[in-house]
Amino acid sequence: MRDHMTRTATVFVAVAATLAASACSAGSSTGGTSKSTGSGDTNQTLAVGLVAEPASLDFTKTDGAAIPQVLLYNVYEGLVKLNNDGKIIPDLAKAWTVSTDGLTYTFDLVAGAKFSNGQAFSAEDAAFSIDRVKTDWTISLKKSMDVVKDVKAVSPTQLEVTLSHPSNDWLYRMTTRVGAMFSKTGVDKLATDPIGTGPYTLKTWKRGDSISLQRNDSYWGKKPFFQTVDFKYFKDPTALNNALLTGTINVIGTVQAPESLAQFTSNTKYEVIEGTTNGEVVLSFNDAKAPFTDKRVRQAVRYAIDHKALVDTCWAGRGMLIGSMVPPTDPWYEDLTGLYPHDVAKAKALLTEAGKSGVTLRLRIPNLPYAVSCGQVVKSQLEEAGFKVTLDQLEFPAAWLTTVFTNADYNMSIIAHVEPRDMGAVFGNPDYYTRYNNPAFQQALKAADEGTPAQQVVEMKKAARLLSEDAAADWLFLLPNLMVADKGITGLPKNAIAESFDLSPLARI
Amino acid sequence: MILRLLERIAALAASLAVSSILVFGFMAVLPGDPARVALGVNASDAAVAVMRTDFGLDRPLVSQYFSWVGGMLRFNLGDSYISRAPIGPQIADRLQVSLWLVGTSMLIAVVIAVPVGSIMAVWHRRISGLLLSAASQVGVAIPAFLAGILLITVFAVRLGWLPANGWTPPAEDPEMFLKQLALPALSLGLVQGAVLTRYVRSSVLEILREDFLRTARAKGLRPMQALVRHGLRNASVPVVTVLGLQLATLLVGAVVVERVFVIPGLGSLLLDAVANRDLILVQDVVMILVVAVLVVNFVVDLLYVAIDPRMRTQ
Repeated sequence: MRDHMTRTATVFVAVAATLAASACSAGSSTGGTSKSTGSGDTNQTLAVGLVAEPASLDFTKTDGAAIPQVLLYNVYEGLVKLNNDGKIIPDLAKAWTVSTDGLTYTFDLVAGAKFSNGQAFSAEDAAFSIDRVKTDWTISLKKSMDVVKDVKAVSPTQLEVTLSHPSNDWLYRMTTRVGAMFSKTGVDKLATDPIGTGPYTLKTWKRGDSISLQRNDSYWGKKPFFQTVDFKYFKDPTALNNALLTGTINVIGTVQAPESLAQFTSNTKYEVIEGTTNGEVVLSFNDAKAPFTDKRVRQAVRYAIDHKALVDTCWAGRGMLIGSMVPPTDPWYEDLTGLYPHDVAKAKALLTEAGKSGVTLRLRIPNLPYAVSCGQVVKSQLEEAGFKVTLDQLEFPAAWLTTVFTNADYNMSIIAHVEPRDMGAVFGNPDYYTRYNNPAFQQALKAADEGTPAQQVVEMKKAARLLSEDAAADWLFLLPNLMVADKGITGLPKNAIAESFDLSPLARI
Repeated sequence: MILRLLERIAALAASLAVSSILVFGFMAVLPGDPARVALGVNASDAAVAVMRTDFGLDRPLVSQYFSWVGGMLRFNLGDSYISRAPIGPQIADRLQVSLWLVGTSMLIAVVIAVPVGSIMAVWHRRISGLLLSAASQVGVAIPAFLAGILLITVFAVRLGWLPANGWTPPAEDPEMFLKQLALPALSLGLVQGAVLTRYVRSSVLEILREDFLRTARAKGLRPMQALVRHGLRNASVPVVTVLGLQLATLLVGAVVVERVFVIPGLGSLLLDAVANRDLILVQDVVMILVVAVLVVNFVVDLLYVAIDPRMRTQ
C-alpha cells in the first residue's frame, strides 16, 4: 500500500558523509566496470578523508548516512548490491527468480560465506536478518521491509521471501542498509562490534578521529587490494585539503569547498573526480501554508530563480541542474529543466495575477555550507521578481529539525535530500514537512511500485513530471560527487549512487 | 588551620552545586529535542516519544537533576544520548589530549613571555623596546587559528617538515606525537605568549621602580642579576594569576585550533555535544571544567604562598 511506497527519505546534510557514498563496482566475481583490482595479497594502506563521523556503528538503531558509508559492502554485505551503473547485481545471493505474480522471490545463496566471528552464512541468517528489521530496527528506513509478508529458509542455500503486494522498490531497497545480512549469533554489540560477511573487518575506532578496517583474509569472494583502510574524519574543509597535500590521506572522499579545487586540478600529482550523487538540493516549499497554496506563486518562484547563475555563485559552478526530484542515475530520469526557464517577467506577471505582488516569504535555512551560500543568492533573485524574502539561519540539526521539520513553521527552506530514490518519501506523504498532497502523484507512485519494471519507468517519469509541473518545490541543483585522489588510485566511482563507500574495487597502480 | 580548610571545602562544594544547577537549567531551556536529533530526521513521532522515555526526558526536571547529580557523585557520568556509549571514558580520553595541548602551549607561552617581557620592560624607553612592544601587540591581535593556518601553510604544506594535522597518543608513537603536537602547541603558545608578555612587561616595569632593586644594585649586583634574582619573583604573582585563567579557559577555548589541526580534544567534544543536544554529555563536560577551574585556582593560591612569603602569614 501507500506506506511502503512512502519510502522515508532522510533529509541529510551535504556536509554529512552522504556525498562520499560511492557505488560499488560490478559484483565480486563478475567483471563489469571494475578495473583490475590486483592481488588480494598486498599489505598496502589507504587513507580516505571524510567529513561526518558515525555516532555509533549500529545503523539499525542510529540514523545517519555516515554509518553505512563505512560499513555497508565493506564489513556487511546484502543478498544483492548496486554497481556503478545503478544496476542490481548478485552479492550473497548468486541468483534469484521472481514468481509471475511478483509476490515470491526465491534466492540462491552462495555457499562458503563466513561471518567474521567464524559462523557460516546460511539462509537462516538471511531470514533472521530480514525478520529483524521489523522487530528490532528503530530507524525509519525499516519501513522498506513492511511489504515482506513471510521469509522462509527452504534450505541452507535457498531463501524464499513472500511480499504482501508486488513491489519494484523492494529489491532495490535490499541493496541499501536494510538488506544487510547479520549473523544469528553476532548481534549483541552492534554499536561497537559489527560482525558481517564482507571483505573487511573492523580493526579500530578512535572516536573523533578515525575508523580503521582491515582485510578479511577468510573472505569468500575476491579479496580486495588494500590490506588496511583508514577513514579519517575532518570537520574543517581546509584541514581536509591540507591532509591530502601533506600525504596524511590519499583520497578526499567528499570535497566540501568546491572553490578550493583549483589547487588540485592544476597539480599533476592528483586526480579530481566529478560525477553525480543522489543529493538533490531542494528549495522546499510549505505547500500547505499561504501563499504557497496558490500554484501561481509557486510557479513564480521557480521562474524567478536563475539556476545556472546560482550554482556558479554558490557552488563554484559544480553541480548538475535538475528539473525534478530524480538524479540522472535513476532509470526514469528525464531532463525537465526546460519546464521552468529563468523568466523574471513571467514571474512578476504570475504574482500580479495571483494578487500577491510584494508578498513576504520566510526562507529558513539550516546553517550548512551549501544552504548558507545559496540562501543569499535565492533571496536576491526572488526579490528581483517582486517577492520580499526574510532569511534566517537555524542551527542544524536541533533547531532546524524542530522549527522546519517538525512544526513546518516556514515558507521555504534549502536542504539536500540525499537518500536514493526519495521522491516518494519527500513528496508522497502529506504529513512530511513539505506538506504536499497530490492524489494523482500518489497514484502514479503506487502504480510504479506495483506494476511491471517497464511500467515502473513510465509511471515514475509521469510522477516526476507532475511534481515539476505542479511546482511542488524548486530543485536548485544536484550535489556533485567531488573527490580528489593521489594519481594512481583506481576504482573510485564517478557517480555516488549507493549508500556505501565501496572499497573492493579500489587499488593502487 | 582546620577551620580554613573546612571553609575552603565548603566554598568548593557550594561552587560545584551552583554550577551544576546553572548548567542543568541552561540545557533544560535550550530548544531542540535530543531524542529527535538522536533518531534522525525520518523518525516517526511515536519512535521519538519512546526514545524520550528511554532517556528519562519525560520525568520532572527536579528528578532528572537529582539522578544526574547522584550519578556524578558515584563517578558514573552516564551514557551519551547519541552514541549510547559511556561518557566517562570519552571525557577521560579527550581531557588527556587537551591537557597535553594546553600544557605544552602554556609552557611555550611562559618561555617566550618571561624573557621577552622583561627585556621589553627594561628597554621600555629604547626604540628596540618599542618595536618589541609593537610586535607583541600584533601577536595579541592574531587569532590562534589564523596563526595555525599560517604555520600549516609554511611548515607542513610548503616545507613538508611537520604533519598538517592529526593526533597520535604519546604511548603509541612518541615521535609522531611530538611532530603532531608541535604546530598546534605553537599556534596557541605564540598567541598566549604575546598576551602574557604584556603582563610580564607591566609587572616588571612596576618592580623596576621599587626600592629593593636599587638596594640590590647598590650591593653590587649587575642590573640583569638584580632583576633575575630579586625582581622576577615579585613580578610573577600577577603573571601566575593570568596563567591560571588562561589554562582554565584554553581547555575548551582551544576548540578552533582543535578543528584546524583535527585534534580530538575537549572543546570539540563539547561543541559537538551541544549541536547534537547530547544534554548529559554537555552537563558532564561543563562540570569537569568547573572542577578544573577550581583545581587551577587552588594551585595558583598555593603558588602565591610559595612565591611570596608574606602570603603565608596573612
